[in-house]
Amino acid sequence: MSTLTKQTLSHLDWLEAEAIHILREVAGQCSNPVLLFSGGKDSVCLLRLAEKAFRPGRFPFPLMHIDTGHNYEEVIAFRDKRAAELGERLIVRSLEDSMARGSIVLKHPLESRNKHQSVTLLEAIEEFGFDCCIGGARRDEEKARAKERIMSFRDEFGQWDPKNQRPELWNLFNARTHKGENIRAFPISNWTELDVWQYIQREQLELPSIYFAHTRSVVRKNGLLQPVTELTPAKPEDKVEEVLVRFRTVGDISCTAPVESDADTLDKILAETATTTITERGATRMDDQTSEASMEQRKKEGYF
Amino acid sequence: MPTIETMNAPHPLGPDAADHGLLRFLTCGSVDDGKSTLIGRLLFDSKTILADTLNAIEKTSAKRGMTAVDLSLLTDGLQAEREQGITIDVAYRYFTTGTRKYIIADAPGHEQYTRNMVTAASTANLAIILVDARKGVQTQTRRHSYLASLVGIPHLLVAVNKMDLVDYDQAVFEKIKADYLAFAEKLGIKDLRFIPLSALNGDMVVDRGERLGWYNGPTLMNILETTPAAHTEKAEDFRFPVQFVCRPQDSANPALHDYRGFMGRVESGEIAVGDAVTVLPSGLTSTVKAIEIGGEQIACAIHEQSVSILLADEIDISRGDMIIKTAEQPLTTKQVDATVCWLSETPMSPARTYLLRHTSREVKAKIAKIDYRLDVNTLEQESTATLAMNDIAQLTLKLAQPIFADAYDKNRSTGAFIIIDESTNNTVGAGMIDG
Repeated sequence: MSTLTKQTLSHLDWLEAEAIHILREVAGQCSNPVLLFSGGKDSVCLLRLAEKAFRPGRFPFPLMHIDTGHNYEEVIAFRDKRAAELGERLIVRSLEDSMARGSIVLKHPLESRNKHQSVTLLEAIEEFGFDCCIGGARRDEEKARAKERIMSFRDEFGQWDPKNQRPELWNLFNARTHKGENIRAFPISNWTELDVWQYIQREQLELPSIYFAHTRSVVRKNGLLQPVTELTPAKPEDKVEEVLVRFRTVGDISCTAPVESDADTLDKILAETATTTITERGATRMDDQTSEASMEQRKKEGYF
Repeated sequence: MPTIETMNAPHPLGPDAADHGLLRFLTCGSVDDGKSTLIGRLLFDSKTILADTLNAIEKTSAKRGMTAVDLSLLTDGLQAEREQGITIDVAYRYFTTGTRKYIIADAPGHEQYTRNMVTAASTANLAIILVDARKGVQTQTRRHSYLASLVGIPHLLVAVNKMDLVDYDQAVFEKIKADYLAFAEKLGIKDLRFIPLSALNGDMVVDRGERLGWYNGPTLMNILETTPAAHTEKAEDFRFPVQFVCRPQDSANPALHDYRGFMGRVESGEIAVGDAVTVLPSGLTSTVKAIEIGGEQIACAIHEQSVSILLADEIDISRGDMIIKTAEQPLTTKQVDATVCWLSETPMSPARTYLLRHTSREVKAKIAKIDYRLDVNTLEQESTATLAMNDIAQLTLKLAQPIFADAYDKNRSTGAFIIIDESTNNTVGAGMIDG
């Protein structure tokens, strides 16, 4: 037993308590929620928070991953291992199934599949009748996210209407929906990238290996390091380099770039995160550089 | 305008640093009073604005023909806002100093966004009210101050900005301070402070600068660093609304067979193993057998902690019930007098039945009477039969089941409620229960 002597929660304790409260509101208010787990660092935090919220009971929701088919193997292996360790049910729905059904049509075979995730997600929501999806998005990630609610309402088409969001006061969350509508719940809305890394370190959370420094073949393009993979092969004119890199964010291979780094421990990553001059998405996401409003546009179409 | 090179070194909260927790504050002001510049300054000086964000807003500023970087672009998140050049919705910003994490709620200033200001204020412990030194106390200064006090923000800081445009003249500052105090008297603000500053040049924001030598008080950052976090200033009664009941019923683990964990957040006060508690509405009593977080036992829990409570006796408890210390009873009532801010474009209908959510409890509610509507600019009372969006009114609600309430000025958690329209499920009203 530990004794509590302080009268104010530390910032991490406060953020943790808020996230647990949000998860329990989802469990209390929604009849069929699901937690989106990709194997990425933010959703790894969500799983620990769910353990703190619901153990010794089971989670009152399954886990689900929308697999683009373009994920790093290490991340998929980690995803399956983590779900098995927790003894919780993992649902995987694949973009390739949506493509086979014809609901996703790519403009060309190597087009980024990132934005198409929304289609498969909406199909899965309908298939299982989920009334709430818990996600690991944070308000500090992107400016359209800064105005996102913690319980974000989506209509029957999965659309986010930024001009018509429910006011959110005190800690009184309204996750009510009619049939077919959906809530996206974001328990770590108020966390920053640094908070996430501090929490991972404090809780000693395991992460996929690609978050730590490793040598990888990359091509320098538009200020980003583009990994050379089967999906993103080097063109004849490209200069391929072997660089020590790590991923700050993990997503679809076609739109996620690593950063140059020798940080191979959590301590080193934390030190780097505290002194970096580039935002997480700015350094790593090819999809958000297209236009000022690209995240907002994707969210309106059902994206997280 | 600061450049990337002039940004301070970061002071991330590390495990060794003294951690003074988290402070949520609100900035309010109108379009031209420099609110965005002030937020930009705080983010700059805490190294929160990173190079790529700066590049992006530099590009946009140039595209719009501006000569300097427009920091307000940082807070205009949505397409509609950028198109109209105004802030419509509340934006949340984050920064960290050596000792504290901050959440800024940035509320738009226009009158038609009263509901957004109330929303932003509901979670804040400090409000910065910006006044343009050239313009002095305006109608909206009064409105913002009233709303901040209505929503119970205990610390209010009047920041007289743009001192650079009045030659850093002390007389200007003193005049604004006197004007403000003349009307603020009736608001009953507990902690009211004044500070002169220039957000543009940085004077008295993080650094003192050299041009406000006549001001001996703390800088804005000093004030933020030392303002008490929520709940720490007075002893509060223990309130534990039950959110969820954990009954693992794991046949493989007999130890869990009788496990019943009552899950919730300590909204106020504190609780320790062995304390005598009462459960509402049943009125049954027991003692605390254990307190847990994620299955790990702790000896006691304080305000804002999310825990599970296990009781010595088997009592039937479900979501919406409240566990309290036996000696610290709230008011159990089926009628509430409250100040309500109407949030919806659809006016309130006295004929309708609404849902009222109070803590984790949801009950049906009808409007019994509306005493008056308040003009938020003049504080004059007007009679009315209905409420439109942004109206603030004093009214009485009748409830189908009791709630366990405290006066809002005693307890911001158990004194607050929201009103939900069941036909749309929208949150249409926000209420604060009278003392």
